[in-house]
Amino acid sequence: MSVRVGHAAEAEDFPMAAKKLLQNRQLRDNLRHATDVIRGKRAKVVNELPDWEELRSAAHEVKEHVLRYLGSYLEQFEQKCKQAGGQVHWARDASEANGIIAGIIKRHGESEVIKVKTMTSDEMSLNDALQAAGITPYETDLADLIIQLGEDAPSHIVVPALHRNRSEVRQIFQEKMHLKDLGDRPEDLTAAAREYLREKFLRVKIGISGANFAIAESGSVVVVESEGNGRMCVSLPRVLITIVGIEKILPRFEDLEIFLQLLPRSATGERMNPYNSIWAGPSGTDGPQEFHVVLLDNGRTNVMADPESSETLDCIRCGACLNACPVYRQTGGHAYGSVYAGPIGAILTPQLQALEHSQSLPYASSLCGACYEVCPVKINIPDILIHLRGEIVKRGDAPLNERIAMKAVGFALSNGRRLSTAQKLARIVQRPFEHDGNLQDLPSMLAGWTTFRDLAAVPKTSFREWWAERGKGTGT
Amino acid sequence: MRISLFITCYNDTLFPETGKAVVKVLEGLGHTVEFRSAQACCGQMHYNAGYQTHALPLMEHFVLVFAGAETICIPSSSCVAMIRDHYPKMASRAGNPELGRQVADLLPRVFEFSELLVDKLGITDVGAFYPHAVTLHPSCHSLRSLCVGDKPVRLLQKVRGLRLVELPDSEQCCGFGGMFAIKNADVSAAMLSEKLECILNTQAEVVTALDNSCLMHIEGGLSRRRAGIKCVHIAEILAGTEPVSQA
Amino acid sequence: MTNAKEEIMRRIQNATHGLLERAREYDTISRNYIQSGTRDQAQRIELFCDRLRDYGSAVYTCQSDEITSGIANLLNTRQLSCLLVPSGFPAQWLPREFEFISDHRLTNEQIGRADGVITACALAIASTGTIVLRHSEEAGRRALTLIPDYHLCLVFENQIVETVPEGIRAMSTFSLAPITTISGPSATSDIEMTRIKGVHGPRTLDVLLVGGLNV
Repeated sequence: MSVRVGHAAEAEDFPMAAKKLLQNRQLRDNLRHATDVIRGKRAKVVNELPDWEELRSAAHEVKEHVLRYLGSYLEQFEQKCKQAGGQVHWARDASEANGIIAGIIKRHGESEVIKVKTMTSDEMSLNDALQAAGITPYETDLADLIIQLGEDAPSHIVVPALHRNRSEVRQIFQEKMHLKDLGDRPEDLTAAAREYLREKFLRVKIGISGANFAIAESGSVVVVESEGNGRMCVSLPRVLITIVGIEKILPRFEDLEIFLQLLPRSATGERMNPYNSIWAGPSGTDGPQEFHVVLLDNGRTNVMADPESSETLDCIRCGACLNACPVYRQTGGHAYGSVYAGPIGAILTPQLQALEHSQSLPYASSLCGACYEVCPVKINIPDILIHLRGEIVKRGDAPLNERIAMKAVGFALSNGRRLSTAQKLARIVQRPFEHDGNLQDLPSMLAGWTTFRDLAAVPKTSFREWWAERGKGTGT
Repeated sequence: MRISLFITCYNDTLFPETGKAVVKVLEGLGHTVEFRSAQACCGQMHYNAGYQTHALPLMEHFVLVFAGAETICIPSSSCVAMIRDHYPKMASRAGNPELGRQVADLLPRVFEFSELLVDKLGITDVGAFYPHAVTLHPSCHSLRSLCVGDKPVRLLQKVRGLRLVELPDSEQCCGFGGMFAIKNADVSAAMLSEKLECILNTQAEVVTALDNSCLMHIEGGLSRRRAGIKCVHIAEILAGTEPVSQA
Repeated sequence: MTNAKEEIMRRIQNATHGLLERAREYDTISRNYIQSGTRDQAQRIELFCDRLRDYGSAVYTCQSDEITSGIANLLNTRQLSCLLVPSGFPAQWLPREFEFISDHRLTNEQIGRADGVITACALAIASTGTIVLRHSEEAGRRALTLIPDYHLCLVFENQIVETVPEGIRAMSTFSLAPITTISGPSATSDIEMTRIKGVHGPRTLDVLLVGGLNV
């Protein structure tokens, strides 16, 4: 099996990628603005609900329940979807899924598809695969269109072009849509996208969507969106292909009463997003005549296999953790080297790939806990980050100097006597680096500290020494 | 009340004034403070860095040292968070039910310094005097793990002479995060810059927190900028101690 | 080689071992969130109208015996003349002075040429200002309320529930029909988080709130 998460396997380590992105003042201004706005909107509508915590708990329990019985729920979904006239395909990994999708399109003799935002398809690098097969995919979500036309990569799971400002978007549209006189107001840019895509919505015969939820009891699929491009893609083409990660299952239709409250408020700070499309199978003269569901594993069963971190799969892709994260706020999404950025990306990307790649991501966090606090399904992201660090150490993949340092410090801290000795030793060792009460130009790992910050020298008397002296009657 | 002090390894080594201040405040309130000299470290650094196997003996040592202690006071919310959030799991992963019972027995007796004063001792006015403009950085662990809420604010409000200045975007992490500050030094420094901007905007003379780890980070940035703002642990303010002047 | 489904099922089987103890059975999942509302009908209507206006939708009201004139007034205000209606739409509600095209297998291009569309809905949710369209029933085929630039939706006062759980439970009774929920006009915040109304769906959504009739 070969799990690929976009191009994460070839991506630069987080600290290196972040270092470069931090130089981009424009990017950081865009990020600061966007995350400030979206955090404020979210906080306002979340505080409106007195039962927010109860909703979070219920959502977590539903999702955990689904994981436990995932096999039987998938069976049920397949059966119900088929009953409703849909066709169900299973894909072990991204390339198998891409092959299935390209096959369906070719069978219909088509060479174009319209797509509504699906992060899963980015995870699969579906667009690359389609293009290689001679098929042109058109992204129809405004942000995805900006990304596609700008030959860029998504930097956020809900607002993928969050790193771009209006004048950058204008430049991309002017060039790619051949609109010399395009203005740079968001209204102008949005109108240009409407115009550009309308003809494609009415002409292209195959649509591709992801799914926010798939309901086992009814075989229904739910697509949550704002612009109407989702409605266009799922209801106008003759053939619809929906990609569903196997973790997207909910047991019953009624479970939507939890998730359709949590998701819009967490994702875009709206009480409800403008449009939800829900359907089960093709429906007579209304909409596509042929409906395919591709159930995708691509490493999700790797994540499930570790009970310490399997709740990663509870994620409903709201992006609240990205917006809340002080690290993401500085670097943006590209530093993560994955279509899944931010705190959730830092735990999901490495796990999907069985920790073979993206090992720097679990360290891309100060463990401040803001992600866990806002997570609508209560994924304890900080705990999972720590767990994954532990797994990386267990595999022997942590740097040698770190391993030696940790062992030495662990010994020094193992009891009071050793700590006391270590304190005395530190005061001797620091002498060559001491200057005006600060330590300067520290070697090796500690240089990371002193490059940006001062570090006061270890004081002459430790607390325990003071206490001991005090016991002898000489202290204060 | 007999209060056993877990000073924490970095306070012991790097911030002895904080420990002295805790002793002064608690003794000033008429309590007996003990310091069990066998104590060392809660294991937080190892645990968070992924060296859980190294953290386990540190936890076992902690449990052993503080067995039978009536009330344990810890002037560090991140160490308290380590103990509360992770010790039970560590014991259960170690497959040691006896250790699990000892941890469960210990937890209700563990208090962060401001929790001890406000919740356990029921005091907000410790009679301190500190004539400075002070801003409070609510450290991430105190805020999101311990959920101390307004306890530190209530304590500071009762300090005579102290003018408490609100910190904008106070809930944003300072960028310390232990090993994070070293492994991701550039990002950590960028986060710190944003925190420093907010602090400088308050025009406070002193930044305080429940955690010397964050304060060490903030102090490192302020000192590099020659900002002239001091970082002082809340215990030192409540002990009425003037900030230690820097050479 | 095993087929994909068998292999995924085998992986799931192996993976779920560790999960057995932790997760709850479906019936014991704690659902302590608010299920039913506490407002009376007048308060529900007020909340629904507030939410709609917050989204930038216009709300007009009329009594059940004034639907025809209500529609006429609205279309005059909006200066629209040629409107689509779903095939079963009650003809007696339609004012004579406008052109109405009933949807009998109209092509997308034909749908696109109309000024707008008038439909009813299955229910509405006050707390989120949501209108629920049940397709090929009172709301017609999905394309009908999607391609035109204007959508006038009739909502009867007694169709309004207060909470999302109440709404979803009502929807679960027709969960096999295609459903679209609409909460305000189409919008995007993709550029600098500035909310822009009207991307691909109808740029104008008007609601005619009808009192005094049971549907």
